[in-house]
Amino acid sequence: MSADTNEVLSRRGFLAISAATLGGVMLAPGVRLIEIAAARAPEQPVSRKVRWGLLIDTNKCAPGCDDCVKACATENGLKNTGHPRTDAQWIRKVELKDMRTGRTNSVPVMCQHCEEPPCVDVCPTGASFKRADGIVLVDRHICIGCRYCMMACPYKARSIVFQSISDQNPDVPRGNGCAEGCTLCVHRVDRDQQPACVEACTKAGHNAMIFGDLNDPHSEIAQRVAKYASTQIRADLQLNPGVRYQGL
Amino acid sequence: MADSLIYRELGGPSRRFWSLLALLAVPLALGAVAYFYMEHYGHIVTGMDNQIVWGMPHVFAVFLVVAATGALNIAMAASVFGKPVYRPVAPLSALVSLALLVGGLALLMLDLGRSDRMIVAITQLNPASLFARRVIFYDGYMVSVGVYLWFLLERRMNRYIRPAAIVAFLWQLLLITSTGLEFGFNFRAAYDSVLYAPMFIAFAAAYGTAVLVLILFAVCSWEERPVAEALLRRFKNLLGIAVGASLFFAVLFLSSKYELARSRDVARFLLFDGGVYTALLWLGQLVIGCIVPLALLVRSQFSRSALAAACALVVLGGLAQMYVTLIGGQAYPQILFPGMVETSSFFDGEIHPYTPSLVEVLLGLGGMALAAAIIAVALRALALLPTRLEVPAEPQA
Repeated sequence: MSADTNEVLSRRGFLAISAATLGGVMLAPGVRLIEIAAARAPEQPVSRKVRWGLLIDTNKCAPGCDDCVKACATENGLKNTGHPRTDAQWIRKVELKDMRTGRTNSVPVMCQHCEEPPCVDVCPTGASFKRADGIVLVDRHICIGCRYCMMACPYKARSIVFQSISDQNPDVPRGNGCAEGCTLCVHRVDRDQQPACVEACTKAGHNAMIFGDLNDPHSEIAQRVAKYASTQIRADLQLNPGVRYQGL
Repeated sequence: MADSLIYRELGGPSRRFWSLLALLAVPLALGAVAYFYMEHYGHIVTGMDNQIVWGMPHVFAVFLVVAATGALNIAMAASVFGKPVYRPVAPLSALVSLALLVGGLALLMLDLGRSDRMIVAITQLNPASLFARRVIFYDGYMVSVGVYLWFLLERRMNRYIRPAAIVAFLWQLLLITSTGLEFGFNFRAAYDSVLYAPMFIAFAAAYGTAVLVLILFAVCSWEERPVAEALLRRFKNLLGIAVGASLFFAVLFLSSKYELARSRDVARFLLFDGGVYTALLWLGQLVIGCIVPLALLVRSQFSRSALAAACALVVLGGLAQMYVTLIGGQAYPQILFPGMVETSSFFDGEIHPYTPSLVEVLLGLGGMALAAAIIAVALRALALLPTRLEVPAEPQA
C-alpha cells in the first residue's frame, strides 16, 4: 500500500516538479526582462519623475546609536585623521533637548537634498548641482574649493577636504581642496540599492530610516509622509528638503 | 586752469625707489611662500576648519575689495558729480582703486582650495550664482575704471571723461552693493540682513578714502608735492561723513539684530559674550575705527597729522570690522533646530574657535603688499599726480 502510494506520489511529484520547472524556465526570463526594462540603464539619464528622499523616524532613533554614521564612513571612505574639526562628517547625530520641556531627541543630519539648494545657487562654477532625481552632488572636476557652498548651506552639511587622501573607495572619489557632502549613496542608488546609512539602520533592526521615491504614491516613504506628520529642518527657509523627520 | 596742472611721475633717485620695491618684495615673497605652502599641504595648515571656512585671507581680501570700491569715490566726485577740487587726485583715486582690487582678488584666488583651477572659475560661470556674477562685476569694474583712467591721462580723450566715469560709477555701485549682499543674503544668523548693502557702501567710502589719503601723504613725504589745505579739508569732511555713516549703519544693524527676537542671541554674542569678537567690535570697529577718528575729524582746527592719524585708525578699525563680520559671523553656530539645545560630534550648537595661522596672515599681508607695489610702480611709470595739488581745477567736460 505504502509502496503504491509512494509510487503514485513520486509520479505526481515528478509531474509537478517538471511543470514547475518548465513554467519557471519559461516565465523567469520574462520576469527578468520586466525587471531590466523597469531599471534605468547606465547610459540613460535619471528621471525628473523620481524624487529620492529619506524619512527619519526620530522615535526609533536611539541616542548614542551611530550605526548610520559608521556605515556612511565605511561606504564613502571617510577616515578619522585625528583632526575632528577638519574631518568630514557626511552624516552626524545631533542630540537635541527642548529648552522649555526638556524633551530629548537624537537626529541624524546629512545633506537635506533640497529642491531649492542654496549650495547650487551660490556655486560660482556650477560644480554644486542637483540631479533630475533630486540628489544634490558636487562635480569634483570643476569645484574650485571656494567654500561658498559651505557658507550658504543652512544645514552645515558640506565639508571640504583639507589634505591629500589615499585608499579611497573607487565608487566615491574625493579630492584635496574640493567641497563634498552626502551623496545619498548615489552610486548605490544607481544600482537599485539603498543608501548605506539606511541599510545599516534596517540591518540593525532599528528601522528608523526609510529611503524611496517621494513622487511615487505607492512607495512606502510617500505613503508614510502622506499619512503621518513629518517635518523638514528649517522649513521656514522654504528649500523643500528631500529629507523629512517624524517625531520631532 | 586744468591745463596748468602738470602731472609728473614719482621722482627721486632710482636707488631709493628700488629700495622701496625691495622692501615691498619681502612681504610679497613671504606671501608667495605662504601660498605655495598652503597649496602643497592643503588648508590643513591654516586655522580654518569645517566650521570656520573663510579665514584670515578673506579678512584681508574683502577689506581690500571694499576699500577698492570706496577709493574710487574721489574720482567719481570729480568726474560724475562735478567737483573740480578733486580733479587733481582723480587719476590716483582710480589707480588706488584698481590696485586694491587686484590685491584683494589675488588673495581670493590664492585662497581657493583648488587654486590650480582658477581658469575654471573664470571660464565656467554659473549665471544663478551671485558669486559668479561678481566675477563679471569685477571684470566690468576693472575695465571701466581702466578706460576712465586712460581717458583722464589721454588729452585727446578728455572730453569723454564724464561718460566713462558714469559707466565706472554704475559698475562701482553694482560691485559694492553685491559685496554687501553676499553677506546679507546668507542664512547665517549674523548675516541675513539687507542692511549689509548700504552699510558696506558706507564702509567702502570710509576705508577707500582713508587708504587714498594715506597714499597721498606717502607720496608727499616721498617728494615735495604741495597739497592745498582746501583739498585736505575736503578729504577731512568726506572721511568724516563716511565714518559717521559707517557708525550709523553699524549701530542700526547691531540694534536691529538685537531688537528682533530671532536674531537677539547672535547680537548678544557679538555685543557682549563673544570674547575676542566683542572686544574687536567695541574697541576695534567702533572706538578705534569710528569714534576716535570722528573726534579727530570734527575738530574745527585742521591738522594734517590728525587727518593722517584718523585715516590710519579707520584702516585698523576696518580690518577689525572685517574680522568680526567674517570670522565672528561664522564662529556663531548655525541653528538648525530653533528652541532646542544642539550637540553633536560635528560641533553643532557650539561657538567655533579660530586661531589664524601664520601662513594665512602672511598671505593676507602679501595681498596688501601686492596692491602697494602696483601703486608704487604705476606712480613711478605714469604721470598720475600733479606736481602741485594747489591749483583749483576747472570742471571737466
